[in-house]
Amino acid sequence: MYGKGLKPLSIATVAMIALSLSLVFFYAPLDGDQGFIQKIFYLHVPLAMTALVGFIVGGVFAIAHLRTNNRKWDAYSYVAIHISVIFGVAVLITGAIWAKASWGHWWVWNEPTLVSFLIVFLMYATYYPFRYAIEDRDRQARYASVFAITAGAFVPLNFMAVRMAQSLVHPRVFATSNGGLPGEMLVVFLCCLVAMALLWVTLVKFELTAKSASGQVKRLRRALDAPAPGGSSRIAPEVS
Amino acid sequence: MTPSRTAFAAILAKDLRSELRTLQSLPAMALFSVTTFVIFRFGLDRTSLSGSLAAGVLWATLLFAAVLGINRLFVAEREEGGFDAIRLAPIDRSVLFGAKVTALIVYLLALELVAVPIFALFFLQDAGGLGPLAGVLLLTDLGLAATGALISSMAVNSRARDLLVPLVLLPLVVPLMIAATGATEPLLALGGPSYHRFGTWLMVLGLYDLIFGLVGYAVFDFLLED
Repeated sequence: MYGKGLKPLSIATVAMIALSLSLVFFYAPLDGDQGFIQKIFYLHVPLAMTALVGFIVGGVFAIAHLRTNNRKWDAYSYVAIHISVIFGVAVLITGAIWAKASWGHWWVWNEPTLVSFLIVFLMYATYYPFRYAIEDRDRQARYASVFAITAGAFVPLNFMAVRMAQSLVHPRVFATSNGGLPGEMLVVFLCCLVAMALLWVTLVKFELTAKSASGQVKRLRRALDAPAPGGSSRIAPEVS
Repeated sequence: MTPSRTAFAAILAKDLRSELRTLQSLPAMALFSVTTFVIFRFGLDRTSLSGSLAAGVLWATLLFAAVLGINRLFVAEREEGGFDAIRLAPIDRSVLFGAKVTALIVYLLALELVAVPIFALFFLQDAGGLGPLAGVLLLTDLGLAATGALISSMAVNSRARDLLVPLVLLPLVVPLMIAATGATEPLLALGGPSYHRFGTWLMVLGLYDLIFGLVGYAVFDFLLED
């Protein structure tokens, strides 16, 4: 039942990514300082922003779960965090590549945004062992929601603390006093941001659909009184 | 006294009394911290520390010693049915959170009462920074106790209790440790304490305490439902 609208959404995502990538390579001007490698910015930054917003969204779903006690919201929260963690891996990899190309090292400790992101990523990486260490399903859902809310509050605080602890070497492209991004770059950047956000939504929807389908299969099997070999997987929260 | 205050006092007194009688956590925490100082002495190959190195050694040690106590914070409730008793009692459940946070703060202060003087004795040449350090310790203990009680109450009901507390707590307290070491570093600087950005770091610590105190208070009810 989550499959509704999945096809047009997927097509829109693919089209938007194709459009954004062609804009990045054929329309966006070359950066005066960094040249071609700066183009990774159009991938790295939208990915990071989407992942962070996804983490917060996971926290909001968790609040909805605790308020309504509806397991649907726990599944939403789980999938939002799950996809954001995957995006997080991509952010750290693209960030490392960018750091190597522009600063000469794969990892730069005095770069507050990258370090903050690593800490946030490590925090959310503990979501999985935490979740699957709790056996009772209702309790698992409730505790996972509490985790998601706590970690959601942690994200902005962590960025503030790391930012304060370090010197500013990261390009503050949106905050610089003399204008920030030039117009063409900004347009391309916004396109990429929309593309990544669409990709996130599509993946979340796919994951939810898959989970709901496997939950239905499991229920049907149970109804047929033939328990599935191997039993139920604890990895995925069931969606009804 | 209102019912909540009575319950709070009763739970806190119960916790402190049982710790005093069994001595399950505190001696282990103190012993752990002293041993860790000795390991740092050889690991770093230094006989005296100052500045950022001193702050790092002190906070890493205190944090890991605190994890020992946080691990055991709810074990009695879990094993002896204290959770059920709280659920049955006609009191606000966040009282348990408040009492546990307070008990943990008392443990941490007791730990620091032992560990910090020994740290100063072992490594510091100039103990002038210890006075203002007390403020940093107190604010950090608050944040550590709030997050620690929250994580501990969840971990105790899982299969991997002793594993989950350090795993989840450590990333969560990274901002707290950044601010605590940031405030401690100038206090322990060579040539007498200075107060570089001291107030700012105290504010970060206070903000962290406030946010996680409120988060813990808000979500703790859901952890006791069954």
